[in-house]
Amino acid sequence: MKIIVCVKQVPDTSGKVAVNPDGTLNRASMAAITNPDDLNAVEAALTLKEQTGAEVVIVSMGPPPAEAMLREVMARGADRAVLVSAREFGGSDTYATSQILAAAINKIGIEDEDIVMCGRQAIDGDTAQVGPQIAEKLGLPQVSYAADIKKDGNTLTIKRMLEDGYMTIKVKTPCLITCIKELNEPRYMSVGGIFECYEKPFEILDYNALKDDPLIDATTIGLKGSPTNIFKSFTPPQKGVGMMMEGADKDTCDKLAGMLAAKHLI
Amino acid sequence: MDFHLSKEQEMVRKMYREFAENEVKPLAEELDEEERFPYETVEKMGKLGMMGIYFPKKYGGAGGDVLSYAMCVEELSKVCGTTGVVVSAHTSLCCAPIYEHGTEEQKMKYLPDLLSGKKIGAFGLTEPNAGTDASGQQTVAVLEGDHYVLNGSKCFITNGNVADTFVVFAMTDPKAGNHGISAFIVEKSFPGFSTGKHEKKMGIRGSSTCDLIFEDCIVPKENLLGQEGKGFKIAMMTLDGGRIGIAAQALGLGEGAVEEAIKYTQERVQFKKRLSQFQNTQFQIADMHTRMQAAQFLVYNAAMKKENHEPYSMDAAMAKLFAAEAASDVTRRAVQLFGGYGYTREYPVERMMRDAKITEIYEGTSEVQRMVISSHLGVK
Amino acid sequence: MSTFNSSDIAAFNGGVWVFCEQRQGEMMPTSFELISEGRKLADELNTKLYGLLLGDKVEGIAKELGGYGADGVYVCENPLLANYTTDGYTKVICDVIEELKPEVMLFGATNIGRDLGPRCAARLHTGLCADCTHLDIDVPKYKEFLRSSSTLADKMIDSIPEDDRNLKMTRPAFGGHLMATIICPRFRPAMATVRPGVMKKNEFNQAKADACEIIKPSFTLTQADMETEVVEIVKAAKKLVDLIGADVVVSVGRGISKDVETGIKLAEELAEVLGGVVGASRAVVDSGWMSADHQVGQTGKTVHPRIYVALGISGAIQHKAGMQDSECIIAVNKNENAPIFETADYGICGDLFKVTPMLIEAIKSAQAAK
Repeated sequence: MKIIVCVKQVPDTSGKVAVNPDGTLNRASMAAITNPDDLNAVEAALTLKEQTGAEVVIVSMGPPPAEAMLREVMARGADRAVLVSAREFGGSDTYATSQILAAAINKIGIEDEDIVMCGRQAIDGDTAQVGPQIAEKLGLPQVSYAADIKKDGNTLTIKRMLEDGYMTIKVKTPCLITCIKELNEPRYMSVGGIFECYEKPFEILDYNALKDDPLIDATTIGLKGSPTNIFKSFTPPQKGVGMMMEGADKDTCDKLAGMLAAKHLI
Repeated sequence: MDFHLSKEQEMVRKMYREFAENEVKPLAEELDEEERFPYETVEKMGKLGMMGIYFPKKYGGAGGDVLSYAMCVEELSKVCGTTGVVVSAHTSLCCAPIYEHGTEEQKMKYLPDLLSGKKIGAFGLTEPNAGTDASGQQTVAVLEGDHYVLNGSKCFITNGNVADTFVVFAMTDPKAGNHGISAFIVEKSFPGFSTGKHEKKMGIRGSSTCDLIFEDCIVPKENLLGQEGKGFKIAMMTLDGGRIGIAAQALGLGEGAVEEAIKYTQERVQFKKRLSQFQNTQFQIADMHTRMQAAQFLVYNAAMKKENHEPYSMDAAMAKLFAAEAASDVTRRAVQLFGGYGYTREYPVERMMRDAKITEIYEGTSEVQRMVISSHLGVK
Repeated sequence: MSTFNSSDIAAFNGGVWVFCEQRQGEMMPTSFELISEGRKLADELNTKLYGLLLGDKVEGIAKELGGYGADGVYVCENPLLANYTTDGYTKVICDVIEELKPEVMLFGATNIGRDLGPRCAARLHTGLCADCTHLDIDVPKYKEFLRSSSTLADKMIDSIPEDDRNLKMTRPAFGGHLMATIICPRFRPAMATVRPGVMKKNEFNQAKADACEIIKPSFTLTQADMETEVVEIVKAAKKLVDLIGADVVVSVGRGISKDVETGIKLAEELAEVLGGVVGASRAVVDSGWMSADHQVGQTGKTVHPRIYVALGISGAIQHKAGMQDSECIIAVNKNENAPIFETADYGICGDLFKVTPMLIEAIKSAQAAK
């Protein structure tokens, strides 16, 4: 049994976010971190590994420096890592990304007992699309927003969160699960894991390694293969210095409520 | 000298930082206030390999290196001096002498539980009448058949009330002076062993400090550590290593105070200016950081020499001397920059200042370090 | 599916569609918001607006959608659609879209919409933009939107060609630090999930609801299509949130001292209206008025909610340390020189006991107007 976990390296948007004058993000100024929800997926996989002895394989699409992140995930306990990296893959939107990751997962191989895990969404794009789209491309059933996972043989019972409660869903392996932070508390890297992680298997899958998969086609990957394009990107108006409202009566309060509503804050 | 950290060392530092920020910092104030030992943190650190960083996996260690250990104590101490010394005393003063001087049987018996944090270690050398002059040991050990009988007491023992395993020194041949001292591995459960009351201290108040009392304490013969009469040498070698740990603790405390001062002075406004805009603040912080950076080089240098099995006794003494004095100075200056707020327990700098003072005293006072350094230089 | 080609975009003339989500036979409020927004888009595209409703015995709730602007509703009923499943819903929606070829397809960005939308887009081979907060077709209107909601220079806005007829889907990225407008020029339908609560609901019109056409497209769905099984559905009681994870925090300070009980009650009411929790300054906790787990600040918790309201809090440096990174800070304080006003986005200088009840009412009516 194997658990394949998709992880993404993202800029840390929790601190100050720098934006270039042209409205694009100044990525160089921000620390690169492992996407937080993906760490919940890693933790879920490592927990299942402890219960079942499954092999945990990490897969990520990104530039070569993403190796450092994959080593860190191995330092938490994952067994091996695959980095999907090629210039041809650059500029992919979620559709194209899921094609490429699905091809990489095909290459790793999905067997009857296997599970694919993803974080719910990445903090850079917040789309939550790549997980379900990989599932579609692999023809696997999916369960998103997982807050609890129980395994009994090849049947998984998953608590899938909704805004107003939850559903309990049963699904058989192989399947894909997207994980939310309520699922678990990701473990730290361990000192022993860190001093082993550069000895664990690490493989790069480039364009040539994947090009024979029917999912990989010039019309379905990279910028050219992406159905969506960025039409414009821009920064919202800067947060000005504080504004003192005039008066302290009903009009003042109505005016404030109006401004909050206009900003979709309420 | 190579000042670059390896990829593993960079990664391990990142992990210590996350751990310290999330698990250690939130407890620091409470441990100090309530003089409470951080058992829960020790358990977590044990699982993560932080209680046996530079020991081989064969004995349950994490397979890291001495510098990674020093960085651990440094990062923990940035947010909590208590937690820093728990790791330092356990690792340098108990695990290290067993690993370096123990027989294979002793190592296999004691190290796995110690290195995984299931058991905590301590070191018993200091006595009421043998402090800086450690050769004046009055605890005696007499061989009777298959065991030694120990009588006497130790004081100011870090981790004393919480440890399970102790490396203890006693006179086996009182006429032979230094050459009559031997080392023993003592378990908490040995008959005739007890601990005294918790010492109330100025700083590192969550750390356990107490007396060890030996009243006809029975120690099996196979628990002699090293050879009879070699105890003083084992103690001195152990303290050389321990000084790296304490130097790292001082380093962390000072660095933590610099970080706090930078953050605070950028927020605090007086005379319509941020404190950081005053030249006094800028110069103070420049000096503070420079001192801690110099301390870091000394500490890392000593750690790397130990790792490479080069002589490092003088390097460790210099690192501890400099880092401890720098930490005391820098934490005091941080309190001053904070003003009245700095003197309150609302902010951590007063705790750091209290914690820092001990680093000039334990595991060899600054005066002892000067003796060690000058004697290495042939100035006797 | 082999004959389906979403890149033949001219063939997609089946109107603007909105997936109308129902749970246990009850329409989700976001469906009405999306129908209202869809109406605007359909008018700009000069085409029709349809709702797409899946479920078991749900036809009865379909016509109401007409009252918000739908010309018709495609109703797909089957016992297997009673509860939402990714497999069942994706199959039916994709089959119907392939058949009837809408130009635009909107989903609410609920947990279900964000599960279903991507799966459908991947199967149909088209683009999907997640969690949109603004949609346009007409470029002049889009330019107007940019002028009010972006920092783009006028000449950059002016240079946008007026003849672009793509659905322009605008969404926040990087935690709202950056906004992006996405288009899907080569494939149809252009698909978006839309953040609930953002789009304005039209006035309900009974006559239009009565006129709304109900259409039942043919589809097939069998147990063999279902790979997941819903074992149970549990509705949560009141959502429990902690201070750190809270979306909205209303904190009280020493200013409540003249009537502590009322002060706290007002804060709770305001928090309730805004969907948040109550916090406190150190003074309040030290006085024993509230328990320590409410404390925000240096020695308390650090929060960064969407809205932070400080009632009667002066704003000592140690309090600010715990809340200054909040997205929007509102402060009410009697003392106009209180340092909290330096950090606040909106300040009201006044008595919290008088201002808070008015603020609660004002927010309630602003919410009702949405």
